[in-house]
Amino acid sequence: MGSDAQVTMTGPRLLHPGAWWLWAVALSACALRTTNPVLLCLIIAVSGWVVVSRRADVPWSRSFASFLRLGMIVIAVRIVFQIFFGVRIPGTTLFTIPEVTLPDWAAGVSLGGPVTLESLMAAFYQGLRLAAVLACFGAATSLCSPYRMLRALPTVLYEAGVAVTIAFTFAPQAIVASRQVREARRLRGRSDRGVRAWSASAMPVLEGALDRAVALAASMDSRGYGRRGSSSVTVRRRSVGLVLLGLLAIAVGSYGLLDPSAPALFRIPALGLGAAALIGALVAGGKSTTRTRYRPDPWIGPEWMVSLAGVVAFGSFVLVGRMSDALSPSTNPLEVPVVPFVAVIGLLVAALPAWFAPHPPTLASASSPMVVAA
Amino acid sequence: MIRFEHVTITYPEATTPTLVDVSFEVPEGELCLVVGVTGSGKSTLLRAVNGLVPRFSGGILAGSVVIDGRTTSDVAPRDLADVVGVVGQDPAAGFVTDFVEDELAYAMENLGVAPDVMRRRVEDILDLLGLHELRHRPLASLSGGQQQRVAIGSVLTAGPRVLVLDEPTSALDPAAAEEVLAALTRLVHDLGITVLIAEHRLERVVQYADRIVMVPGDGRPIVVGTPAEVFGGSVVAPPVVELGRLAGWSPLPLSVRDARRVAGPLRDQLASIDTEVFSRKARSLGDVVATTDGLQASYGPITALRGVDLEFRAGEVVALMGRNGAGKSTLLNHLVGLREPVSGVVQVMGSVPHRLSARDVVRVAGLVPQDSGVLLYHDTVAAECNASDRDAGLLHGTTRIVLDRVVPGVDASTHPRDLSEGQRLGLALSIVLASEPPLLLLDEPTRGLDYGAKQRLVEVLAQLAADGHAVVIATHDVEVVAAVADRCIVLAEGEVVADGPARDVVVHSPVFAPQVAKVLAPLALLTVNEVQLALAAASDSSYS
Repeated sequence: MGSDAQVTMTGPRLLHPGAWWLWAVALSACALRTTNPVLLCLIIAVSGWVVVSRRADVPWSRSFASFLRLGMIVIAVRIVFQIFFGVRIPGTTLFTIPEVTLPDWAAGVSLGGPVTLESLMAAFYQGLRLAAVLACFGAATSLCSPYRMLRALPTVLYEAGVAVTIAFTFAPQAIVASRQVREARRLRGRSDRGVRAWSASAMPVLEGALDRAVALAASMDSRGYGRRGSSSVTVRRRSVGLVLLGLLAIAVGSYGLLDPSAPALFRIPALGLGAAALIGALVAGGKSTTRTRYRPDPWIGPEWMVSLAGVVAFGSFVLVGRMSDALSPSTNPLEVPVVPFVAVIGLLVAALPAWFAPHPPTLASASSPMVVAA
Repeated sequence: MIRFEHVTITYPEATTPTLVDVSFEVPEGELCLVVGVTGSGKSTLLRAVNGLVPRFSGGILAGSVVIDGRTTSDVAPRDLADVVGVVGQDPAAGFVTDFVEDELAYAMENLGVAPDVMRRRVEDILDLLGLHELRHRPLASLSGGQQQRVAIGSVLTAGPRVLVLDEPTSALDPAAAEEVLAALTRLVHDLGITVLIAEHRLERVVQYADRIVMVPGDGRPIVVGTPAEVFGGSVVAPPVVELGRLAGWSPLPLSVRDARRVAGPLRDQLASIDTEVFSRKARSLGDVVATTDGLQASYGPITALRGVDLEFRAGEVVALMGRNGAGKSTLLNHLVGLREPVSGVVQVMGSVPHRLSARDVVRVAGLVPQDSGVLLYHDTVAAECNASDRDAGLLHGTTRIVLDRVVPGVDASTHPRDLSEGQRLGLALSIVLASEPPLLLLDEPTRGLDYGAKQRLVEVLAQLAADGHAVVIATHDVEVVAAVADRCIVLAEGEVVADGPARDVVVHSPVFAPQVAKVLAPLALLTVNEVQLALAAASDSSYS
């Protein structure tokens, strides 16, 4: 084999994980702003298309299908809940289930009654929205190496060492564990399909994924991850406090941006406070942690383009939201959803990374066949 | 360099301590081998060196572990990274990054080594461990031996004075294991690094060890000494030592080379023996149980099997050997229907396994996977047995009867996690055997087993073959192949390169020959047991 497969700026390489996450978060923000089923399906399709064209040939890249499956379960659960417990929306009654009269203290909860087409469609739209958000999250996890994401994190977060590792590696590890459990079930002669199989394997999958994540955390720790350096306890406590405050404020701020009904204080001011706290933590913590980078991930043209593609899509949704109510089509009375042209263009821009993002290095390009004489 | 002072370790919820009052010292520059039966606390001892036990495992450590003058109770593992490097059993589980170079640099990034020093040290380690051709490769694409060398390199870059390895060769084929051990001895001899290593397959490492720490388990005191001292009275000994004891050699040889130099008279004495009498032809072969015809398999762009034609008959024990990644596990997975062939046909008892339902497939073929623990997920042995009866639609109690035959005397209320490695394998094997599949497949069954448990497994497998099962084991353990296999298949890069009687295949191979065969070559004797029988026969014939 030749060692000519250099990791260069022009050849196949892994994109900076921050770019993919920005893109995915922007796309999921689009999803959260709409219940238009056409747009939501388009978002799922765009994320799927980009994943298929730009994922690397590594274990964590196969998680997208699982997120899609999870999304379908969410839709089904949402509809079943609507049928039995949902608020009764008048309209075209499809069928009626016996109504249960609840005692006074449970007033407000309805059980049974007429099930209308309108109520089912509303539930379906909401379920689809969650499924689209899950698809965006799945796209980010299959496109980014969890390690590279960890590496790109600000150094102050390293204080939370083990917790951060587990948080970032749990989903990919669970995918690996679930395949193993499915195979083990088959070897024991249990059926590997159906709801029962799925629920019975949940515990071993979670246990297995957690074990792996903890083993990884132990390996990282014994190789010096999260070393204290020379900083004093008070400096560290102060920076951890600032990080927590900053993250909380940013979470509130993002929620405010996504939910149009949130008070104005929860939007820009909260985001500003969060950013300030994080910058403060970086300054305070940056001095004390000694960490260096071996061949740092660059942030160059393709990174800008990928994150910009996400931002453009989000911008188009904001624009459409201002101009019309096409983002939330009416379900009462039920109407055929109007497809806003601008939003579709925005989503097509978000699909562009499928063409201009660099290819990830593949096994075939980096090596001769997998089996190499020892 | 490493000092244990009255160390007692108790895990949470355990009634008895795992290690009791352990005191020993490893001086700088020694290669110290930790031996003992499975579950005796070897891993616990190793992980206590840099404080992963109890910091990551929970539990209580009494006494103190002092490493390079620092006590682990005062210093976190991450702050010892520049003193101790720890490499676990499964290198892939500890990989943090995706590419070889990144993995080598990872520890240095955390230590804050300057970028230019980092570049230089990565180059040094690449050369030292012979990894330079792999530098840009994704970790997932490496073979087991390469992964293990990368794992060793990834802790070495931090410049530790102590290297701790937990069974670094247990998952490796003989050649890859040699490669890793050669790298280790180079580190000890050229760089003076202190190495603490646990290993079950003593035959591989005992010749390199300066000192042995024997952990007997069950709270008995540990034994520390030179290899010859410790093995003089030990039941746990590699075949070459056993052969030395049988022949009455003194001092006991620890390597094939030592033994071969004193084995001349023994070879002469045995020269007249016809080794044909030991061929295991006594078992009569039954019908064909399974066939593969032009079987092709691939993972993405990588071809795992290329046109494999094989036939397995009732009553034979077949050993499947070959490098890591040669396609052994893939072949087993196809035989049990976990994967669908890309092309070609797999037939077991006349049906195609991947088309059968889970319940039907266990009646024709059963597989005990590499990590047998994945088959177990109930909280008592009794619950596992009941679930197995229910899954396979068997009479209540069937699995328990099988279990008593395979490993007698397992307490029904034990948690499977608390069983010894051998008992756990026995339980998994019983669950698979309960539906009486004519084809029984075992993937690396001896991984983590000590000599006693291995001997027990060999007896069980021989009995199963005698009962008419076709038994296929994929293994790297040449000593087990020597002890039980009738037929040996060698795979290389997805192709069958050898298929014949086990004795013919292994005896003249420099890689696959067991120790006894290497000592006695050109005589085709494989085990100490055979030598014993041959000696008896030789003395009989000399009297008559």
